[in-house]
Amino acid sequence: MPPETASAPAQDVIHNIGYRNYSGARLGRSYARRSLFSQSLRGAYGLGRSAKSKVLPMILFGVMCLPAAIMVAVAVSAKLSKLPVEYTRYAIIMQVVIALFLAAQAPQSVSRDLRFRTVPLYFSRPIERVDYVTAKFAAMFSALFILTATPLLILYVGALLAKLDFADQTKGFAQGLVSVALLSLLFAGIGLVVAALTPRRGFGVAAVIAVLTISYGVVSTVQGIALQRDSVDAIGWMGLFSPITLVDGVQTAFLSASSAFPEGHGPSTAAGFVYLLVLLAVIAGSYGLLMRRYRKVGL
Amino acid sequence: MIATESLSKRFPRVTALDRLSVDITPGVTGLVGANGAGKSTLIKILLGLSPATEGRATVLGLDVATEGAAIRERVGYMPEHDCLPPDVSATEFVVHMARMSGLPVTAARERTADTLRHVGLYEERYRPMGGYSTGMKQRVKLAQALVHDPKLVLLDEPTNGLDPVGRDEMLGLIRRIHTDFGISVLVTSHLLGELERTCDHVVVIDGGKLLRSSSTSDFTQATASLAVEVTDSDAHPDGTAALAAALTAAGLTVQPAGRAAEFAAAGSGHVLLVDVTGDDTYDTVRDAVAGLGLGLVRMEQRRHRIAEVFQSAERDSAHAA
Repeated sequence: MPPETASAPAQDVIHNIGYRNYSGARLGRSYARRSLFSQSLRGAYGLGRSAKSKVLPMILFGVMCLPAAIMVAVAVSAKLSKLPVEYTRYAIIMQVVIALFLAAQAPQSVSRDLRFRTVPLYFSRPIERVDYVTAKFAAMFSALFILTATPLLILYVGALLAKLDFADQTKGFAQGLVSVALLSLLFAGIGLVVAALTPRRGFGVAAVIAVLTISYGVVSTVQGIALQRDSVDAIGWMGLFSPITLVDGVQTAFLSASSAFPEGHGPSTAAGFVYLLVLLAVIAGSYGLLMRRYRKVGL
Repeated sequence: MIATESLSKRFPRVTALDRLSVDITPGVTGLVGANGAGKSTLIKILLGLSPATEGRATVLGLDVATEGAAIRERVGYMPEHDCLPPDVSATEFVVHMARMSGLPVTAARERTADTLRHVGLYEERYRPMGGYSTGMKQRVKLAQALVHDPKLVLLDEPTNGLDPVGRDEMLGLIRRIHTDFGISVLVTSHLLGELERTCDHVVVIDGGKLLRSSSTSDFTQATASLAVEVTDSDAHPDGTAALAAALTAAGLTVQPAGRAAEFAAAGSGHVLLVDVTGDDTYDTVRDAVAGLGLGLVRMEQRRHRIAEVFQSAERDSAHAA
């Protein structure tokens, strides 16, 4: 082959090694799925990718953690009797950051594979469609969970340093973790479904932001109107229609969070079951939609 | 390697494969067919990614319907289309694909370095693939199909988009995959000329049906001929005619070269095409030339192109139909 002979003088040492067969382990399908998971998770934070693609996720991660660090510093130095914010409330306050992270990284995870047609290559490997979807879903979930749980961990460690009540704080921290786990599952599902619709990354980013902000905008506007008209019930039920208020409703009903709805008019425990059902249905539904999406994307 | 038995694939509106039965042995096998002949469908079925409507197929002795994952672990696939993300380097990409085939991390790294070197990618393998030429991209695509040391690779149109030099290099590489690496190859193309140089065996499909399956030498040997060019001498002012007469007398079939477009274009009326019937043909020609006292300018094997064989086969089938 010409390139070999052409470049031979420069690096003649390595040329005469013949082809070596591989007789080592082949770890099969579950290993391949784990590899895809770890590659996608690392990719969400720009690891193993260019320096440029690390910038945004790392900045967002920093922005997400900074307020928690400040709150902890305040709580420790001012000897507060409780943290300035509930564990369950933190993610709701920081929802814009989470939305931006999802909007940037969900298309990165799935649109690229579609756009550059890497998906058929994956399916020429031992993995199946279900492995691909599961790995991508799990990776996006984990990336979001790291993003949302790390500040809670900072708060928790800070609270213990400030010698706040251990039992109280541990309970609150645990409730916070369950809450952000649900939020991460929900957001990962929605983000991936929207992003998988288009091979264009730009469209994906815009669409994810649009879905999250428009739904939240509409819900909070209607809730505001309902508040003026004193229809408290309506405030509670409207929360079903946007992802972040859905999580808020569930944690208000089950995780003793104080609702972020106008004047704290969260759903009752009964309505909370509806919230939980809808939340789980959306998560399961987005998984199902992803499976459908990749049915035709084989070779 | 691969065996199919009345394999059919029907879509609601088209029949992609129609009771195809072929048996492909180890070596380099060319799969020829026009666009839409069913090549890609066949590859999909062989990788266990698309169920056949009827019939059965085995790859490396594994049933495609039930053992797809096991097949895909031992088979490499190079797609026809572009499939490389531009923002990662060849090394990172191939390592990832090796792990997707089940190789542990260290083995994946080692095999990636080896494989990229074998396909002829050196320092540039650390650069993002977005800046690669088509030839380099084809090499990376080939490397990811070979990185897990498969028993068989399926190459879908590997020479697509390459210039003549790149094409030759790729064909040489494909040949080496079998001779040096010991990996069997199934390569698709719609260009017959390429396959006749590379393949041991050629399978032609058209409209999902098997048109022909036989070894490359069968195709070409049956029609091999010898081009002979001689000088004129004083004793024989027209050396070519004298030789033709001598050879015909010796019982060989001789064609004046004027018929062969290639030679006519070169402006040479002095070339004879002699049908080769066996090894003794060469001796007969040599003795005839020597006996006449002519200067032998050249004597070269002229293979008929596979294409010509198919053209005549198609004509025959057209007549039959």
